[in-house]
Amino acid sequence: MTAAETVNRPVMTVPPRTSVLRRSALNRGNGRGAWLFLAPFGIFYLAFLLGPTIWMLITSFFNTSTVRPGLGSFAGFANYAEMLGRADFWSAMWHTLQFTIYTTPPLVILAFVFAVLTNRMRRGQWFFRLAFFLPFILPSATISLIWVFVFTPGSGLWATVESGLGITPGAGVLASPNTAMIGIAIATVWWTLGFNFVLYLAGLQEIPRDLYEAAAVDGATTWEQIRYITMPMLNRTTTLVILLQIIASLKIFDQVYLMTSGGPGISTQVALGLVTNTGFTDNRIGAASAASVLLFIVIIVIAVIRQLLDRSAARKAA
Amino acid sequence: MSTTTAPRRRPKSPISAAAPAASGSRVGVSGRTFTIVSAIVLVVFAIVWLIPSLFALKTSLSDNGTAALGASAILSNWNPTLHSYAALFQAGDIWNWYLASGVTSVITAVLTVFFASMAAFALSRLQFRGRNLVFLLVILGIMIPTQVLIVPIFQELGAINLLNTYWSVIFPQVPAVIAVFIFKQFFDGIPRELEEAARIDGAGLWKVYWSVVMPLSRPVIAAVVILTFVGVWNNLLLPLFVLSNPNLMTIPVGLATVQGSFGQRYADIQAGAILAALPLIILYLAFQRQIVEGVTGSGLKG
Repeated sequence: MTAAETVNRPVMTVPPRTSVLRRSALNRGNGRGAWLFLAPFGIFYLAFLLGPTIWMLITSFFNTSTVRPGLGSFAGFANYAEMLGRADFWSAMWHTLQFTIYTTPPLVILAFVFAVLTNRMRRGQWFFRLAFFLPFILPSATISLIWVFVFTPGSGLWATVESGLGITPGAGVLASPNTAMIGIAIATVWWTLGFNFVLYLAGLQEIPRDLYEAAAVDGATTWEQIRYITMPMLNRTTTLVILLQIIASLKIFDQVYLMTSGGPGISTQVALGLVTNTGFTDNRIGAASAASVLLFIVIIVIAVIRQLLDRSAARKAA
Repeated sequence: MSTTTAPRRRPKSPISAAAPAASGSRVGVSGRTFTIVSAIVLVVFAIVWLIPSLFALKTSLSDNGTAALGASAILSNWNPTLHSYAALFQAGDIWNWYLASGVTSVITAVLTVFFASMAAFALSRLQFRGRNLVFLLVILGIMIPTQVLIVPIFQELGAINLLNTYWSVIFPQVPAVIAVFIFKQFFDGIPRELEEAARIDGAGLWKVYWSVVMPLSRPVIAAVVILTFVGVWNNLLLPLFVLSNPNLMTIPVGLATVQGSFGQRYADIQAGAILAALPLIILYLAFQRQIVEGVTGSGLKG
């Protein structure tokens, strides 16, 4: 999950405000003007977003390759059948799920706890924001280099702490197929917690103060206030955080590529890693496109679920 | 942002807190204990969260020999040296990488702001046939996961001979649909009276956009510029595959590529990691509020 993805992750739109528009003096005979304003963005949109999406769909039905020009021979659903029948495809999907299972609970619970506690602090909020949010804006290359070094077998910081706690450090977190994904998950939680932390802080600002005042007058303890006011009021943020984390997990690539390259073996290989290996190492564009389309469908389904939940929440609020 | 959730009954001094009080004391005392415990928990976690970065910084300020001995040697070494930073700057690659990251991030941010705000202006202010179709495309575009398009985008850039140019990193990142959305939401909130007045004075559409709407939109322009800049600077996937010339690589790709050749020079590696992040850390310290608000805004809206 990078800042770029952050930029890429929202929302539903507002219906056109026709009544206002019709009144507006701006709206007389400017159809062509509108298209001129849309054109620059539209060209890039078609060339680098919609175009590649359509091309990906097409090539997924062909034996397209980087080693010869053109689409190649028609393959029908063969690429899809191949992918769905390949053990490494399912293993990549499983690792994605594994990564989601490892990262989501700490990212939700810790971010919630840190935000609630930070929000109570009368002094030093800037320090907690800095500590928890700063890692989020670091490049994936930086966080990967830091954590690979922290996880250095034997003498790294992690191993040193383990020895200090009386645990015998093993071959290294990232070196064993059983723990490599845990290592990637730890680095990721450290890296992206700040995003959820600021989402929760923003959510906390929206809770009306009088709720707490009323509760305090009724004699509710601090814990009761958190349990019966803060937590329910932040439900919507929690749903959002979980869905965003699932989408981010499906798109995970950077940390895996940089920290383990999918290894040891294929024990941490994820969907996008499989796509790039198939496309750029095996030169099989058609098969890579089929895998991309499958991943694409899963992500869109979750994005649509998010929109639907958002809408029903908005309707409830209205 | 202040302590919205702080309990309302807060003893004014430790003495009044300790003193047995009448009704409501249970709230006050437990609230106070809670505050102290939570402060301790929070400080401990904040320190845990800072340790990896500080450890990297400490390593980068050691010599390579010490860094190779491991964490305890690094932490007990009190002779900081800038040797690793000097070595990286002398080797020269890092200058090319900074240039590539800077050029691609700035140009993408500028193009995105212009093109996205123009499109948003049309969507917010103008009536035209096909408007609903454009809306549909905007919503679709927000949901398309661009990372998944890496293979077709690579093919396309190859077909138009842009591989191994800065443009291959810039162009695919310009259509950030969320930027259109952010601008449109902001434009929708700008009162129309000013524009109507300008129109009556004979101003054309471009003049309304450029001289009336855009000057009122500085906060949102700043947010989009910063978020785009950070996003492009941090992107790994796209530049990793479209740039193979080491002189053109952006800093994350450059570091990832030469990592292997650094061997045991751990201090140099950590110095590289910190240099890759340095401009963003400076940007964050300078524009903390805009960055946090932009990030929450793009995540929360809707």
